Amino acid sequence: MSDHHIKLPEGSIEKQTTTLNLGPTHPATHGVFQNILELDGERIISAEQTVGYIHRAFEKIAERRPLYQITPLTDRLNYCSAPINNMGWHLTCEKLLGVKTPKRVDYLRIIIMELARISDHLICNSIVGVDTGAYTGFLYVMQYRELIYEIYEEICGSRLTTNIGRIGGFERNFTNTAFEKIEKFLKEYPKVLQEFENLFTRNRIFMERTIGCGPISAERALNYGFTGPNLRAAGVDYDVRVHTPYSSYEEFDFEIPVGSTGDCYDRYLVRNQEMWQSLRIIEQAMRKLSQFKGKEAEVFHADVPEYYLPEKKDVYTKMEALIWHFKIIMGEIDMPAGEVYQSVEGGNGELGFYLITDGGRTPYRLHFRRPCFIYYQAYEELTKGSMLSDAIIVMSSLNLIAGEMDA
Amino acid sequence: MALTNEYIKQRLTEKFGDSIQNFQEPYGMLTFEAPKELNLKVLQFLFDEDALAFRFMTDLQAVHYPDNKGRELAVVYHLHSLTENVRIRFKVFTDIQTPDVFSATALFSAANWMERETYDFYGVNFIGHPNLKRILNVDEMDYFPMRKEFPLEEQTRVDKDDDMFGR
Repeated sequence: MSDHHIKLPEGSIEKQTTTLNLGPTHPATHGVFQNILELDGERIISAEQTVGYIHRAFEKIAERRPLYQITPLTDRLNYCSAPINNMGWHLTCEKLLGVKTPKRVDYLRIIIMELARISDHLICNSIVGVDTGAYTGFLYVMQYRELIYEIYEEICGSRLTTNIGRIGGFERNFTNTAFEKIEKFLKEYPKVLQEFENLFTRNRIFMERTIGCGPISAERALNYGFTGPNLRAAGVDYDVRVHTPYSSYEEFDFEIPVGSTGDCYDRYLVRNQEMWQSLRIIEQAMRKLSQFKGKEAEVFHADVPEYYLPEKKDVYTKMEALIWHFKIIMGEIDMPAGEVYQSVEGGNGELGFYLITDGGRTPYRLHFRRPCFIYYQAYEELTKGSMLSDAIIVMSSLNLIAGEMDA
Repeated sequence: MALTNEYIKQRLTEKFGDSIQNFQEPYGMLTFEAPKELNLKVLQFLFDEDALAFRFMTDLQAVHYPDNKGRELAVVYHLHSLTENVRIRFKVFTDIQTPDVFSATALFSAANWMERETYDFYGVNFIGHPNLKRILNVDEMDYFPMRKEFPLEEQTRVDKDDDMFGR
């Protein structure tokens, strides 16, 4: 032991290590969760995570709600990419009820989901930038997330917790303004993303801070239940969009980017590359949409009167419509009994819905497979032996969203 | 050779005989149940066999069936064979008086928090879990809130009485 260390008297109960509470409301945690770090100097020797500060009992609440009222609950899981959660829930319901959506609805959904993925990755990567000391990128890309939020707003009227879509399709057709906004985004965004990459990807400081920081092997990542960009950064090309295609993803041409070391830099690269792929997918979807002509170009929902609210003017003039309207709003539709697992590729991994129904009006049991709840357990293994400042970068590059973790 | 549900079923029956029961395929996913003493053996078998290779735990949770006397709690595992891209669902039933089920943490690190969550909400006691304590609820809580005997709204409240819709 060198002379720099404080010499503790014989039999002292003082510790040589420091306990540090990182969170629950620490600015660097980007959400409400706590890490109790045991530090030796600035080196982490153990980390214990405490989650549950914003637990809202969604699974319990869902047991008392008809299907369509559960959509707003899913918004509040990963609120950085709420539309993906909404679509995942609609797909689960549609699988249970055997609803077949028209192709046009699938393509519209894909546009929305990929926009949401871009906004999710954009936030995550720019926050990694903030935590490594580069604030510029964050402020710069924020205005382009705003463009995405304006598109949501045009389609469903809200921005963060979107409640977008219904069982069977969308609540209304996309307006021309919405399509114009998507076109505008497609035109402007590649330049911005390129510039964002120029700022970070070969930036010496950024590389020094992130390369080799919080690495994980493919084997450990799989064992820890990693999914999404974090797993792909470790070198496993698992993507729900490709392995269990939903919403016609099988018709689209895109690549799954993979990393090799699973460190923060690889996670950053994978997310950036995925944004390029998302742009490709949106472009393809827009092209496919333009092929619909005449009546077909007006379709925006499946024909399922039991679950899809009729148009308001029909409610006032047609008896059928009035009956369905009342039954849906009062939640008086019995569901078929069944057991469904449906997953979608969320912003940060495989978002799964496990739904059990017993033939009643509400789910018997609904469980959300929340990707970041599952991979946050690996945090101690990822940060052990590294510096405190690295631990913060690991946290932001894992893309931990407190709302999703605590459900 | 693609891994089919038939093949998995055949391999399981060969290995465990009649203990594995109730094979079903709701919406295409092979579902079966095993006695709770065998849960680790089944998971290990599915994990080790190269032809099956169910080495990814997608999800783990419990379901409460209060009317199912003697087998009130079901622990449900969702496993994924990534090489063959096949998912299966595997259930273990336990009674609610002694809800002891062996922990899968030695096999899947991912099971750690999922088991803690299941314990937190359903009180399933995972034997061999390294740190079985509440995760989302407060430590002082003395009941398991997701069990069906706890209704969502407090039944003694009078201010929310609604005769018309029976809430």
